[in-house]
Amino acid sequence: MPSLILRTATLYLMPMLLLLSAFLLLRGHYLPGGGFVGGLVAAATFSLHCLAFGAQATRELLRVPPVSLAAGGLLVALLSGLLSLGEGEPFLTGRWGRLDAGVLGVYDLGTPLLFDLGIYLVVIGATLSIVVSLAEES
Amino acid sequence: MIWAVLAGFFLAPLALLPLGSVARWRGGLHALLPLGLTLFLLRHLDAVAQGRILVARQPWVPGLGIDLSFYLDGLSLLFALLITGVGTLVMVYAGAYLHGRPQVGRFFFWLTLFMASMLGLVLAGNVLTLFIFWELTSLTSFFLIGFDHEREGARQAALQALLVTALGGAALLAGLLVLGQAAGGYDFATLLSRGEVLRAHPWYLAGLLLVLGGAFTKSAQVPFHFWLPSAMEAPTPVSAYLHSVTMVKAGVYLLARLHPVLGGTSAWFWLLVGFGGATLLTGAWLALWQSDMKRILAYTTVSALGGLILLLGIGSEAALHAALVYLLAHALYKGALFLTAGAVDHAVGSRDVNQLRGLARSLPLLAAAATAAALSMAGLPPLLGFVAKEALYRAALAAPAAGLLTGIVWVSGVLLVAAAALLVARPFFAAPRASLAELHAPSPALWLGPVLLAAGGLLCGLAPGLVNRPLLTAAGAALTGGALVPLDLALWHGFDAVLLLSLLTLAAGVALYLNLARLARLPSFWRGASSWGAARLYDLGVAGLYGLAYRQTRLLQNGYLRSYILTLVGFAVGLTAFTLVGRGLSPALPGLAEPRLFEGAVALMILCGALFAVFSPSRLSAVVAMGTIGYGVALIFVEFGAPDLAMTQFVIETMTVILFVLSIHRLPTYLPRSSRWIQGRDAVVAIAAGGLMTLLMLLVLEAGGGSRVADFFAEQTWPAAHGRDIVNVILVDFRAMDTLGEIAVLTLAGVGVHALLRLRAGAGED
Repeated sequence: MPSLILRTATLYLMPMLLLLSAFLLLRGHYLPGGGFVGGLVAAATFSLHCLAFGAQATRELLRVPPVSLAAGGLLVALLSGLLSLGEGEPFLTGRWGRLDAGVLGVYDLGTPLLFDLGIYLVVIGATLSIVVSLAEES
Repeated sequence: MIWAVLAGFFLAPLALLPLGSVARWRGGLHALLPLGLTLFLLRHLDAVAQGRILVARQPWVPGLGIDLSFYLDGLSLLFALLITGVGTLVMVYAGAYLHGRPQVGRFFFWLTLFMASMLGLVLAGNVLTLFIFWELTSLTSFFLIGFDHEREGARQAALQALLVTALGGAALLAGLLVLGQAAGGYDFATLLSRGEVLRAHPWYLAGLLLVLGGAFTKSAQVPFHFWLPSAMEAPTPVSAYLHSVTMVKAGVYLLARLHPVLGGTSAWFWLLVGFGGATLLTGAWLALWQSDMKRILAYTTVSALGGLILLLGIGSEAALHAALVYLLAHALYKGALFLTAGAVDHAVGSRDVNQLRGLARSLPLLAAAATAAALSMAGLPPLLGFVAKEALYRAALAAPAAGLLTGIVWVSGVLLVAAAALLVARPFFAAPRASLAELHAPSPALWLGPVLLAAGGLLCGLAPGLVNRPLLTAAGAALTGGALVPLDLALWHGFDAVLLLSLLTLAAGVALYLNLARLARLPSFWRGASSWGAARLYDLGVAGLYGLAYRQTRLLQNGYLRSYILTLVGFAVGLTAFTLVGRGLSPALPGLAEPRLFEGAVALMILCGALFAVFSPSRLSAVVAMGTIGYGVALIFVEFGAPDLAMTQFVIETMTVILFVLSIHRLPTYLPRSSRWIQGRDAVVAIAAGGLMTLLMLLVLEAGGGSRVADFFAEQTWPAAHGRDIVNVILVDFRAMDTLGEIAVLTLAGVGVHALLRLRAGAGED
């Protein structure tokens, strides 16, 4: 029987942890972080949810089956590599563009970020597919 | 030419489409491809007959210098025409034979693939291309033999054929590589001109033996002959096509192709003559004791393959020419007989020569075709089989050890006459029995093939010039590696020893057939039904393999996690220690800096965690203690300036503990089951592993840091990849391909665990 303290704490912690995970993902190319760590943080967050509220609730929260999430991530990573093929360069060559977001600043955006997003999704999907399946078993 | 050979591979999937209302014409539709290929090949007939060699080449694996190249000369053309010509008839025939059976589309899919592979094999321009098509024929024939995969017998036969021919294929690959290395080239164009070099090379005998291993298994030579009769489990069109005309002759083709390179030595002579002669006799003798038409035909095919190998072994010009005539004659009569056997089976529902009676009255066309083909097999004029047999005698009489060889050929000839009589005399011409009256007349597609093939044998016998000048002469030149010399083909050579031998063969054969019943009282040992021999050896081998697999699985994959860990750690420690001791490496303790308070605290925390994990009374607390160790390591990362490593380590440790917790609470309560002795053993292994790791760390420290790529990455991170975090840039940019592979593995692991747990859950519900 999960404790009330755990449930309440989880509800407060989750937004912050997910924000942290997105933050880690986005800053990955410039400062320590990236899709792998970010994905693990997100996976840990959902695992916490799973421990507190049960596997069924986590599945509903995710909406997408974890396995599909992982497969989708793999697809995103593959597609990010394919973009360079169209320009006659080797598979997975990074392509860069610049995004001017006005007040929010100027950002370099590139296919490596997309690739990182793929890793992020795969890590979340694969880890949760294991965690949720195990939790359902019990 | 390349597209012609590969067309089959591209068109084969069309066979899987549902045909709907045109399903009746399926055979005809599929025959269009071999028919087109036949016409394509015939267009090159003139050029080849004048001794030209056509080569097509397409770079394939340029890194290894392998081209997809094709080579069309007289020999390949003869085989290719047999493959496509007989292929056309077999496709038409199979359409009618299998009409209404389930999964006919799949059958034609494999048959078309097989045909393309076989065509690639005989047209291959270098030995590696040849090998690939060679293996493809083994694979496709596996699916064709096992087409009725719901029958245990068909599955066993398919597996047997695959195992025997694939083992031979492995030997063949080694042999071809040896030959290519020794000759300095894999192309036939090169190889065929290096015969002298090769025969004098120290690797000659090894290469020859390995190549023979491949050729003998594929062409069912003694002692590998047993798979061919077993393969009769296949549908009859397959038996007719693969097991008489095409695939089993692949070994003959290979040895014929390599004869100018490898032939002419005494090793070649004795090996080929020895195995070929033994096969010639064994096949013919065993054929006599079968009652199933297809099995009789299978054993006589084995015999004919032996004869062909024998002729290649003799290697004189007369013998090589005889081999070509014999090959063509055999393809024509054996194809006709196999297709007849299938048509009879289709019409009457039996292939047993002891049951069938007097079919000539109701199946006149089939009877005529079968009779003509059987007479050709028995070697009677005016059929091509007679010409072939005369050529065989002539070659044997002129060979070294003529007495022995002629004797072998004579005895097998007598046996084959009796076998031919067995096939047609009673089934077609004995007084009919009432019980077999109900039969449904075969459609034209079923008798067209046998009739055309048998007519071909008759026509070529009456006018051998038809095939001599355009085709066989050029093939003969390819075999002898010399000029275009027309073959000496004639029905009448005057009264000579050969004609006398022919007459004696016929007389003795008829006498043997009439006395078969008396001979059948021989002990079963003599009739080949004994409990030993190559087939038995194969069974023992397969059983042994299963036994070995079972035992090693019990030993290595016994399902106990602790023995896996023990094996892994034991091997790692053992091998590393072996290397260290072997190289005499022993680290000097570096001067340790004064430990700071933070480091000391972390070290204490790790030590406590480790001790607690070892002596913990419950799994859960052990796991948490292990987590503490991981956190401690992460703290060290933080301290020494590797924040990304530390971050990852923290999250990983957390996830590990969560996973452990989720899986551990399903285990039964923790009991200290292991004895003192086992605990002691584990302690020794653990301490050894830990000690070794420490040693390695010290060695690494001694060797010092500084990797050659580190500077490169540090310099290129910003200009080449727009990033500042080296670790992340390496992951997503410099080594993105590795990462892609890793996340693919991760996804698979997720899917795997999901499926595994789901499966177990599903099994629980049932």
